[in-house]
Amino acid sequence: MTAPTASSSLSAPRPAGPWRRAGRRLARDRAAMVALAVLLAVTAACLLAPVYARDVAHTDPFTSNVAGSVTIDGRSVDIMQPNDNPLHLGLSPIGPTWHASADLLGADSQGRDLAARLLYGGRTSLLISFCAAALCIVLAAIVGIVAGYAGGIVDAVLSRIMDIMWAVPVYLFAISLSIVTVSQGLKLGPVAIASDNLLIPICIIALVYVPYAARPVRGRVMSLRRAEFVTAARALGVPGYRIVLRDILPNVTGTLVVLAPLMMALAMMAESALSFLSIGVQAPGASWGTIIEDGEGLIYTRPMVAIAPGLAIVIVVLALNVLGDGMRDALDVRDSGRERA
Amino acid sequence: MLLVVRDLTVALPIGGRLVPIVESVSFTLGAREILGIVGESGSGKSMTSLAIMGLIDVPGARVSGSVRFRGRELVGLAPRAYRALRGREIAMIFQDPMTAFTPVYTVGRQIDEQIRVHQKISRADARSRTVRLLGDMGVPDPERVAGRYPHQLSGGLRQRAMIAMALSCNPALLIADEPTTALDVTVQAQILDLLRGLRREYGSSVLLITHDMGVVAETCDRTLVLYSGLVAERGPTGALFAQPGHPYTAALLDSIPPLHGPRPARLPSIPGSPPVPAERPAGCPFAPRCAYAHEACAVRPALVASGVQDIACVLPAEGRPLPPRFVAEMSA
Amino acid sequence: MVMAVLRRLGQTLFVLVGISVLVFLVFFATPGADPTARIAGRNASSETMARVRVEYGFDRPLPVQYARMMEKLFVTRDLTSYVNRGQKVVPEILEAAPVTVSLVSGAAVIWVVLSVAMGVIAAALRGSWVDRGLMMLGLVGISIPVFWLGQVVNLVTQSRYHESWLFSWVPGLGYVPLTEDPLGWFRALALPWLTLAVLFVGIYSRVLRADLVAVQSEDFMRTARAKGLSPARVLLVHGLRTSMITFVSLFGLDFAQLVGGGALLTEVVFGLQGVGRLTYQALSNLDLPLIMATVMYSAVFVVIANAVVDMLYLLLDPRVRDGR
Repeated sequence: MTAPTASSSLSAPRPAGPWRRAGRRLARDRAAMVALAVLLAVTAACLLAPVYARDVAHTDPFTSNVAGSVTIDGRSVDIMQPNDNPLHLGLSPIGPTWHASADLLGADSQGRDLAARLLYGGRTSLLISFCAAALCIVLAAIVGIVAGYAGGIVDAVLSRIMDIMWAVPVYLFAISLSIVTVSQGLKLGPVAIASDNLLIPICIIALVYVPYAARPVRGRVMSLRRAEFVTAARALGVPGYRIVLRDILPNVTGTLVVLAPLMMALAMMAESALSFLSIGVQAPGASWGTIIEDGEGLIYTRPMVAIAPGLAIVIVVLALNVLGDGMRDALDVRDSGRERA
Repeated sequence: MLLVVRDLTVALPIGGRLVPIVESVSFTLGAREILGIVGESGSGKSMTSLAIMGLIDVPGARVSGSVRFRGRELVGLAPRAYRALRGREIAMIFQDPMTAFTPVYTVGRQIDEQIRVHQKISRADARSRTVRLLGDMGVPDPERVAGRYPHQLSGGLRQRAMIAMALSCNPALLIADEPTTALDVTVQAQILDLLRGLRREYGSSVLLITHDMGVVAETCDRTLVLYSGLVAERGPTGALFAQPGHPYTAALLDSIPPLHGPRPARLPSIPGSPPVPAERPAGCPFAPRCAYAHEACAVRPALVASGVQDIACVLPAEGRPLPPRFVAEMSA
Repeated sequence: MVMAVLRRLGQTLFVLVGISVLVFLVFFATPGADPTARIAGRNASSETMARVRVEYGFDRPLPVQYARMMEKLFVTRDLTSYVNRGQKVVPEILEAAPVTVSLVSGAAVIWVVLSVAMGVIAAALRGSWVDRGLMMLGLVGISIPVFWLGQVVNLVTQSRYHESWLFSWVPGLGYVPLTEDPLGWFRALALPWLTLAVLFVGIYSRVLRADLVAVQSEDFMRTARAKGLSPARVLLVHGLRTSMITFVSLFGLDFAQLVGGGALLTEVVFGLQGVGRLTYQALSNLDLPLIMATVMYSAVFVVIANAVVDMLYLLLDPRVRDGR
């Protein structure tokens, strides 16, 4: 009997069965399916942002348009309009017109089409949260598996580092990292990353949540390491990397998969907060967070500018959380991180 | 009769339909009597005890039949009335005394709580009764033990405290669900001694649930053997041990190591495993594992009297009962 | 028990040192530009740059810089902000602290009361529509960005419906010290409290419900019912008390993080001059010493609070008291 066959015959049941069963269970979860549909719809809409801007709204949502006008029912209307106060002092951007070809949701303080910016902003927000969640889970998996499998001094060192990182309030940690990179960007030897590169917020958000995501992974790996099939494989002299790849990794995948939507929800919240504080996505880029910030000054006159992106965040984050809940139930993964924002 | 159980059936919803876990179980229990309910895990013995206690809280579960306690029907009893009964007239002790106490309160406080729920007495009076009970249960230094947390006590002490708690309101019926399984052998013997002494000192009847024929032989007046949720055999313990009428009872008895004579190299075991409730065969549930199985077993056998026992097997009626066993000495 | 406390203190000390190193590295060793320029602020003169370089020891190796920084923060406490014309950072933080503590304490009371009520009701009615509704409500609360919620609250109570009987009591944005005007303090903070509490009500009610449901299947809950206790007593005295252990430890951490600056976004939208808003102002003019100081202080605060929570744990859980 050779080691590889021993390792595979001793490993836990092949993932195909449990995965298919989990999928079926998830498909029966009506709330999770609705959430998934919402997510797909929002993603599709955001991907179509350029089409909307070019062919429907006929506008460029990235250039200031304070002198422009739109045509509503054959009438030309200025985008910047006098305020409603008795003296008509000051100008406000146009409010929602509910005409897709003419500032459907109104314009922002620079006269740009809000609806088109919302779609573009959504692209950025979704992209950042997706990439940050993915990167965070990969890092957390590495840290968790190494710490959990190696144990001893390696585990102690990694766990202490994670403790220290987690002791700094998440948002303050993210803010600190953002503030030092926001003006000059990042130089890693020969590689220079400009401060408006989306990689910067992605890396920052991923990094600050690693301790949070690594903890359940480490716990799972530690319990697996004590499991009989791993003990048996080790007794048979199967090399460590092989046990990790063939026996440990497939069994922590459930934990990682369940973490994915929850991490994405957290990442989206973090991104919007950083952007709201103007240290996330940098101009001329837009994300839902930066649009809320744009809308802050208009909150009493044109609240739609801040309300619309906020609602978008609530809807997407809620859908991600519901989906995550459903996946946790379907895969029956316990203790994969407590809910935490 | 203190307790009369007639056709007790407990059905739980499994995979969208009601599956009977316990089917038509009947037995009686007299005052100061100890009745043993024996069976493998999954035979429905714990479910039977929980049904008597009214503690089945699985949503959609259905309990039917009749449980009469002192002439009062318990099946369908209003929750409030049941609560007044639980802990006061019927008490229960559980298998694992480690997990059966709430970890964050002292043992004494938990016993006091039970006393004070059922009787209007002061905290101090409740505590002095608690200490006396613990002392009666053979707990050394009961005052100190009452102030300790469950995890600070040994398994034996915990089980003694559990029994003290169960007896705190002087119940007429004590249900003991595998009270010795989680304990080591010397402590087991002490706890069984204690249970035997209860009827003398407290006048309690005991329903002892166990999988261990040895425990039954030592403790019970009468025995009920459950197999796959059905009564296989019931009768006085001595008679049942001397001449088991059901092949399952015989097989259980064969699997206890003999106290005297040559030890077999290997104890006989029963081949196969009991059917899961949802796949219980239409005929005799033991037939698939039975050495005596024949065509007649395709029909579920009724419980028929045979001497002092009642046996759910066709063999005695067919005139070929199982041979009597050699029993060295039975302590009755 | 004494050993457990000492061990915990040792760990705390270690984490404290670790955090100071981490924060130091984030601010002074992030690959990129010269930290001197960051400290001096935007468009600083060359004399300022030179002064900063000497003061912080940027011409010396990293360990020296670290020691210099720690001295400034904790010993001499003369870390100065170059952007704000030499304002001392540490006193400024101390001045802002009562605002933050007021905000967070009030929110904490609200979120503990509401989440315990929601969690217990949901667990007691497990599987019913009430349970599902409450838990969905909690999830919605978790999904709302707090700064946006604050804006919407302001929109409704300061502008759109300010004239209506419902919100005419709402004062303008800002803080009123408790010692000056208790009623004004309450009115100024009521809405910020609720806004900040929403997220935590969501988290805590869901965590508590999950714990309570998990505890239902414990043997000791069956024992409690077998004793003849009422369902309410079983759930509250035996279930809730046991589940409270995790609840309390979570609470300690979140409370500390918020006091330590985590309430920044709420303070910003409601114009409350707390520690978080200090950080925010520092952000807008890239005032690094101030930000670093607030982050460092908040981390220190969190770590100490963690240690306190662990001590509380000893009181709450007799099993931990005996060293497991």
